[in-house]
Amino acid sequence: MAFIKRVLPGTARGRLHLGALICVAAFLAVFPGVSRPYTTIFTASILMYIILSLSWTFFSGKTGYISLATAAFYGIGMYIEAILGRYIPLPAAMLVAAAAGFLIAAGIGAITLRLRGVYFTIFTFGLVLLLQNLVLWIEIRFFHTKGRIVTSGDFTFVYYCILAVFVILLIAAVIMRRSRFGLALECIGQNEDSAAHIGVDTTRTKILAFAVSAAPVSAVGAAMATRVGYIDPNIAFNLLMSFMPVLMAIFGGTHSLYGPVFGALVLTLLEEKLIRGYQEYYMIIFGAVMIIAVSFMPKGAAGIAESVFLKLRRRLRPRSHPRNDGGARDE
Amino acid sequence: MSGRGVSISFGGMKAVDGVDFDLREGEILGLIGPNGAGKTTLFNIISGFLQASGGEIIFGGGKISGLKPDKICRAGIARTFQSARNFPGFTVRDNVLMGALFGKPGKTRAQAERTADSTLEFTGLDKYAGMYVSDIPLSAQKRLEVARALATEPRVLMLDEVMAGLNPAEVEDAMALVREIRGRGVSVIMIEHVMKAIMSICDRIIALHHGRLIADGAPSEITENKQVAEIYLGEA
Ligand SMILES: Nc1ncnc2c1ncn2[C@@H]1O[C@H](COP(=O)(O)OP(=O)(O)OP(=O)(O)O)[C@@H](O)[C@H]1O
Ligand SMILES: [Mg+2]
Repeated sequence: MAFIKRVLPGTARGRLHLGALICVAAFLAVFPGVSRPYTTIFTASILMYIILSLSWTFFSGKTGYISLATAAFYGIGMYIEAILGRYIPLPAAMLVAAAAGFLIAAGIGAITLRLRGVYFTIFTFGLVLLLQNLVLWIEIRFFHTKGRIVTSGDFTFVYYCILAVFVILLIAAVIMRRSRFGLALECIGQNEDSAAHIGVDTTRTKILAFAVSAAPVSAVGAAMATRVGYIDPNIAFNLLMSFMPVLMAIFGGTHSLYGPVFGALVLTLLEEKLIRGYQEYYMIIFGAVMIIAVSFMPKGAAGIAESVFLKLRRRLRPRSHPRNDGGARDE
Repeated sequence: MSGRGVSISFGGMKAVDGVDFDLREGEILGLIGPNGAGKTTLFNIISGFLQASGGEIIFGGGKISGLKPDKICRAGIARTFQSARNFPGFTVRDNVLMGALFGKPGKTRAQAERTADSTLEFTGLDKYAGMYVSDIPLSAQKRLEVARALATEPRVLMLDEVMAGLNPAEVEDAMALVREIRGRGVSVIMIEHVMKAIMSICDRIIALHHGRLIADGAPSEITENKQVAEIYLGEA
């Protein structure tokens, strides 16, 4: 009981957010029954991007260590499904993928997270290229092939598997927020030196957080592999999968859970519209949107929404100081 | 806590050069010296922020040099930073809570909350508890730096110029606070340029110059020390 009390948001506003969340989840749960197959598949890929950018934000948004390893963990997940998909059901393969992503990220974190700043980013970038070439070499050398056919799954089932990852991720994020682990991570992001000097084991916390953030990425990688039908190292370890979550999170804002969700939603829709209608201008328009977002929205779309909200509230309740209420962080 | 032959150099410059020191139980020890003497660097070595290239630091019967900052903090040595390094995204209370939560192993959440609240009250920051660091006055920010360190329940507290930039009344308050901290059985080592403060509250003072220890004694002895007088008069 005490645990539930601690996890549930204490403020009325917090409960409102939770209520909204449950409604969205319920809607998504019945969605495939009321929509066309294409829409379900498309919604699954929106969810996939939301999961990727939430995972990225969980580690990089909080700590400020910019990771470009998303494509590596995603690709690992894809390959695990490609190899195991014939023998075990998708949820089991996703669990294996999550475990593999976790362990590999922990190993990489142990090597690189003692480094600070840009070295970490470059290392994660190199990791994607390394895996791409390593897998290619292994495939050709030992399996005499360049690619693999992936057993395809029922798309509604795949949708539910991805939805499950999304729900688990949200629940975990809410629980972690005020947990010791979440707070330690928050301290590191705000001032790593101070964090270390009040007793936070910064290296261990960073490694664990990096590992945790990789697990859902590999899990959805496994799920999405069944949608592709065929993979090779270039498809599985596609650097765009490293950049997209970063762009989405920055576009939406990394200071709240809503930011990455919103960013992923908008940019996936934009990508879809652009690819269909303006194939040749796609990257140009996409790039322009990103530059504008980064230059003019330092806290992302969620930051703009928040400042508008605060301004409105100040106008309605001129005497209350918005930063002065103790419950502000329960939002 | 004591140091023997503590040394470090930055690109050939010996910032701390064979320093021996002892901090006795329940003592307030002053650390003085002109700008760039190596005072903060010595703190950085003790707190594990920098690794000494020579010598060792002994605390509670064991060698602590070589440990990482979080281990040293958990062993019971807390510090403040010369330029305040608070957590800007947390309220004042949460800043202190973090110290209580992580600084001492095996504390429950409820215990940490209690420690945070009593530390806020003890340091007179309770009236700012729900505010963010950027919204409180400088003197309170300096105090918060102390409170966060204190919340880790250290046996040794290292204060790096916590009185710099305060007005005379605030310096008086800060002096009273340091005395009260010692009154709780915490040994204090403090770097300070405010001579009046350091002379009146320290039991003993050590002086650094170009990384070397040049004096060690009671405040009255330090004021009479020729070398110290020369350096300080030469500086002024
Ligand atoms: N990380 C570092 N790398 C290189 N040089 C450093 C480093 N830290 C300190 N120094 C140098 O070491 C010397 C001692 O610096 P330190 O900060 O310890 O002086 P201080 O006695 O605290 O002076 P102040 O009273 O101005 O705070 C200075 O010359 C400084 O430039
Ligand atoms: Mg200094």
